[in-house]
Amino acid sequence: MSRRFTPKVVTANALLEGDVIYLTADDRWSRDHREAELIEDEAVAEDRLLHATSQRRTIVGAYLADAKAGPDGPEPAHFREVFRTRGPSNYAHGKQVDAPYV
Amino acid sequence: MYDYSEFDESFVRTRVAQFSDQVARRIDGSLTEEEFRPLRLMNGLYLQLHAYMLRVAIPYGTISPRQMRQLALIADTWDKGYGHFTTRQNIQFNWPKLPDVPAILAALADVQMHAIQTSGNTIRNVTADHFAGAAADEIEDPRPVAELLRQWSTDHPEFQFLPRKFKIAITGSPNDRAVTRAHDIGLRMVRNDAGEPGFEVIVGGGLGRTPMIGVTVRDFLPKADLLPYVEAVLSVYNTLGRRDNKYKARIKITVFETGAAEMTRLIEERFAELRPLFGGNDQALLADIEEAFATPTLGDAPTDAYDAARTNDPVFRAWADTNLAAHRNAQYAIVTVSLKAHGATPGDASSDQMRVIADLAESHGHSEIRISHEQNVILPHIHKSALPALHAALRQVGLATANVGLISDIIACPGMDYCALATARSIPVAQKIATRFDELKLEHDIGALKIKISGCINACGHHHVGHIGILGLDRAGVENYQITLGGDGTETAAIGERAGPGFAYDEIVPAIERLIHAYLAVREAADETFLQTYRRLGAAPFKAALYPEEAQDAA
Repeated sequence: MSRRFTPKVVTANALLEGDVIYLTADDRWSRDHREAELIEDEAVAEDRLLHATSQRRTIVGAYLADAKAGPDGPEPAHFREVFRTRGPSNYAHGKQVDAPYV
Repeated sequence: MYDYSEFDESFVRTRVAQFSDQVARRIDGSLTEEEFRPLRLMNGLYLQLHAYMLRVAIPYGTISPRQMRQLALIADTWDKGYGHFTTRQNIQFNWPKLPDVPAILAALADVQMHAIQTSGNTIRNVTADHFAGAAADEIEDPRPVAELLRQWSTDHPEFQFLPRKFKIAITGSPNDRAVTRAHDIGLRMVRNDAGEPGFEVIVGGGLGRTPMIGVTVRDFLPKADLLPYVEAVLSVYNTLGRRDNKYKARIKITVFETGAAEMTRLIEERFAELRPLFGGNDQALLADIEEAFATPTLGDAPTDAYDAARTNDPVFRAWADTNLAAHRNAQYAIVTVSLKAHGATPGDASSDQMRVIADLAESHGHSEIRISHEQNVILPHIHKSALPALHAALRQVGLATANVGLISDIIACPGMDYCALATARSIPVAQKIATRFDELKLEHDIGALKIKISGCINACGHHHVGHIGILGLDRAGVENYQITLGGDGTETAAIGERAGPGFAYDEIVPAIERLIHAYLAVREAADETFLQTYRRLGAAPFKAALYPEEAQDAA
């Protein structure tokens, strides 16, 4: 039996500011992880990543990140991705003040 | 300090124009990220976790007040009002926006600064002893040679696509404050039997995933042979260095796989070919550069005010005891301005702090400023009579922390708060250790101790050469911190040894506290440092403190 697929979101950085962004189900890029499309199928994930990568004029470095369902939308599964939803821990900079996630 | 020639000026301006065009073409879609990435890296622009990061070179750590003010202006205009001084004598801005980067580079060019070769597989910013030109123990100021190396290596056509990045460190003193044994090439000034200055040439040191202490390929290299000799080392490396495996591409692996004796033979053979091609222009250029680094004219005045402040002001005395180093002129002191206020981010300076440092350098310090690889700022020529006023001015802006060389003077890489390569955070660990030992009021009792923290195995935080090194890793999706003991970055360089299993994020500070209490319990006297105690007793008492349960099981 193949291993169970861990759900994913497509994430990248915005070309101009470098801010962390997430691909939504309706093909927008959101700054909010909770708006990301939670992808439960591996083939769909690869397809969505390809779709994201093709948007080279607006985004940089798209990849699939592990995520899980939460009460308000997808939540990051790994601490690195949690930090990306917030910003650094030494200053109130980045998303935690610009676009509070939690 | 060195002033750009017309050639330097035109080179930097041309590069700014080129990169401005490249940024415009990336934004309008003419360039893909794959095409643009190597171009932006050539100009020091990285993409990190939350934003872009621009790494600006501070060649051999020397910066003028005017340049410092420009960094403050850049921080205020295009970033978030601060900059991060790094372990490679660079400054990093953590929040620039891509469309603003050309303007930032132009602002840097206005004060003879740039971000060229702060990334990529090239010869990076040459780092130097931060007390250069002032230290009492110095044979000669190493910075003219560092500047010669900068000019030679910048855009050198043969060395733009090396197997991997290449870092050169240089010191003019027998006391090695530039970690020369952990660089691709380390140059340590020594005298020969005739009393002439020259260099011990160390090759193949490095930290990262395979830490190695460099090997000496020449005990004494005459100064006049330096450039052809360094070119010979690079040439051999460029030929032999591995390009098949990124993790085996640094010269330390080349030296290890080739063998020190064979490597030395190849370097000498290549040097014999290259030496006759250097007709003396390099030495003429070096002589010009040396003039630019002449020691400022130092005054002659009584130091009574200093002596009085030491006697009457305990806060000043504590600061003077830790943050001053011996200047070659006994009326003067080298001041280390700590960027390690307890609980602050190691190496960060606000734009206000930068401006105060620039002002103080002008009013009291012959307009000289250095940045150390230990992430502090140095005012190298302060007359002792000016120290009380200087200290008072530094206190106003939170720059008078009396902790240089102590447990809270921690080197820490940006870690996972910023860096895309990091596997764990470094900064908050440094903040918590500093805050904890400040609460315990133990810092001055503990004495000389270097803690160095890296957030991944690439070791930007130099953890291998920390007396106590901390390495942050990702263990099964959780931050985990390994401790190494007994590292040393000086002339008695050593790679620290791993103490045992790692600690969770909330366990690492208590673990360090146990380690320090063990040291205080077993040291022979108050002046036996942590490193000396470790060398005398070995790891056993420290491991027992770190892992009390195992020690109990074994009993």
